[in-house]
Amino acid sequence: MKKSENLKKLIFYIISSAIAVIMVMPFIWSLLTSIKPDTEIFRIPLQWLPSTITFDQYIEAFESVPFARYLFNSLYLAVMGVFFNLLFGSMSGYAFAKLKFKGRKVIFAVLLAAMMIPGVVVMIPQYIVLNNMPLMGGNDIFGQGGHGLLNNFWAVILPGAAGSFAVFFMRQFFLTLPDEYMESARIDGCSEFRIYWNLYLPLTKPALATLGIFTFQAGWNSFLWPLIVLNDRSLYTVQIGLQAFTFDKQTAYGPMMAATIIIILPIIALFMYLQKYFIDGANFSGIKS
Amino acid sequence: MKLNKINSAHESSLSLGTVPKKSSFNRYQSRAAYFLIAPTLILFVVFMVIPIGMAIFLSFTNYDIISSMEFVGLDNFKRLIDDAILWQTFRNVGVLTLFFVPLMIIISLLLAVLVTQPFRGVTLFRLAFYIPTVTSAVAASIVWLWMLNSEYGLINQMLSYVGIAGPAWLSESGPAMASVIAVTLWLGVGGNMIIYMAGIKGIPTQLYEAARIDGASSFKQLIYITFPMLRPTTLLVSTMTIIGALQIFDQAYVLTQGGPANSTKTIVYHIYTTGFEQLQMGYASAQALVLTITILIFTAINFKINHSKDQ
Repeated sequence: MKKSENLKKLIFYIISSAIAVIMVMPFIWSLLTSIKPDTEIFRIPLQWLPSTITFDQYIEAFESVPFARYLFNSLYLAVMGVFFNLLFGSMSGYAFAKLKFKGRKVIFAVLLAAMMIPGVVVMIPQYIVLNNMPLMGGNDIFGQGGHGLLNNFWAVILPGAAGSFAVFFMRQFFLTLPDEYMESARIDGCSEFRIYWNLYLPLTKPALATLGIFTFQAGWNSFLWPLIVLNDRSLYTVQIGLQAFTFDKQTAYGPMMAATIIIILPIIALFMYLQKYFIDGANFSGIKS
Repeated sequence: MKLNKINSAHESSLSLGTVPKKSSFNRYQSRAAYFLIAPTLILFVVFMVIPIGMAIFLSFTNYDIISSMEFVGLDNFKRLIDDAILWQTFRNVGVLTLFFVPLMIIISLLLAVLVTQPFRGVTLFRLAFYIPTVTSAVAASIVWLWMLNSEYGLINQMLSYVGIAGPAWLSESGPAMASVIAVTLWLGVGGNMIIYMAGIKGIPTQLYEAARIDGASSFKQLIYITFPMLRPTTLLVSTMTIIGALQIFDQAYVLTQGGPANSTKTIVYHIYTTGFEQLQMGYASAQALVLTITILIFTAINFKINHSKDQ
């Protein structure tokens, strides 16, 4: 009995370690690449460790490409995404969970159904809507003449500002909170908005944290939509900016790996600190459908 | 607590006494509700309802953003039939899905079984398996671009140790597709592992206890208890994975630019090229509609499975 238990343990550690190496090795390999001088990056047979640690690749990454700008843009877009989704998501999530109003069920069902619609079908129309946004970017009142909100950060922020997922997620959480607070606050003459803002919202901190991290990660990592609507180089995000290290089939691997490490690092650091919230979010997205 | 009770008692006596007042109170409540959902609804109408309507309308037109829209009837749909690249991208994604989905299920299930073992250090393994999931598809692809570099990449250098000359992974059609699948797996197994972990935790422990009394080995327990009990989770994961696979873009764009010779071009990539590089927005909308219908079929299957599960 003891023997088979030990054998099981051994097999477990062998398989798990092998998979763990596969999962983590790409990160370690890029990290090592990013601190090597060029001559050691391109070497056969490969050299695992740098003879001296150099930060030249990082300096090069920031000098050859306006990478600091891209970092700022990505951070700004991700933070704005978090802000609006938490605000609008909790506002409507609260209304759907706690308030009675005409059309509540129908509107909520429609919002939920929209989660099933794949993004690709609205990709082109959303682009046209942004292009024809009235009175924006040189457009007249009928949305003609200019380029609307295209090439503007709002083109990324607005379409994702009140995701159905955020609404659904917050509603589920508000449903778990008791109605009694609301009832007694009403008797005390508290306004509906203050009941939401001062009484219930502070109770949803764990949900807000989970949703916030989920939204930040999605915003920071998003690629296709910013690629479509942001054409101006000064508006590029880090994910688009990474392409800038490939010039005419010549790839500057050193600086590119340095840049990749810089992009991955904040998310991994966030993950290490706030694992629980990441896992909660992943779990919820599994339950949702 | 006591105060609450008094309040609610107070309230019920109040509402009993003043029945007509209740409707004006509800009107106030619903006004607050509409105020709270207004931003969400406005954004929803502008960026979801209107675009869905437009998507259908656009597919009957020619539109290039610059010149005015031209109604062309069913021309775009007729053109779809002869669009060799579109059907090739469907074939590519079909092949990808065929390999990707079973592998995804087997690996994420294996990972979940591993990290729910009662051994020391499992949390560390759980962390290692999940980490790729938090990175972006673009950053992951860039990292793998370097790993798979035919001359200096880690993979081929390792292969050369054991005397194998690795292929030029990203510029030969077979290896290129395999690379896209591998990177997508590496990126996604952690997420599904979490879902499977929740499923495993939901299996009643009595089943295992009974099996142990009957003398079933742990391997047999895995085959006869864990797998069958996880069937609903597996169905959920597989339909979600198919829906995700149908919409792959980032990896193909970064790793191979759809090449060589369109062999790794995905459907979304083709729609992107048609719509935003060739500015044929009407025709791209028709393409997107075909993909959407395909996805919705799988969504419907997913929905049906989940409902039969509830009963």
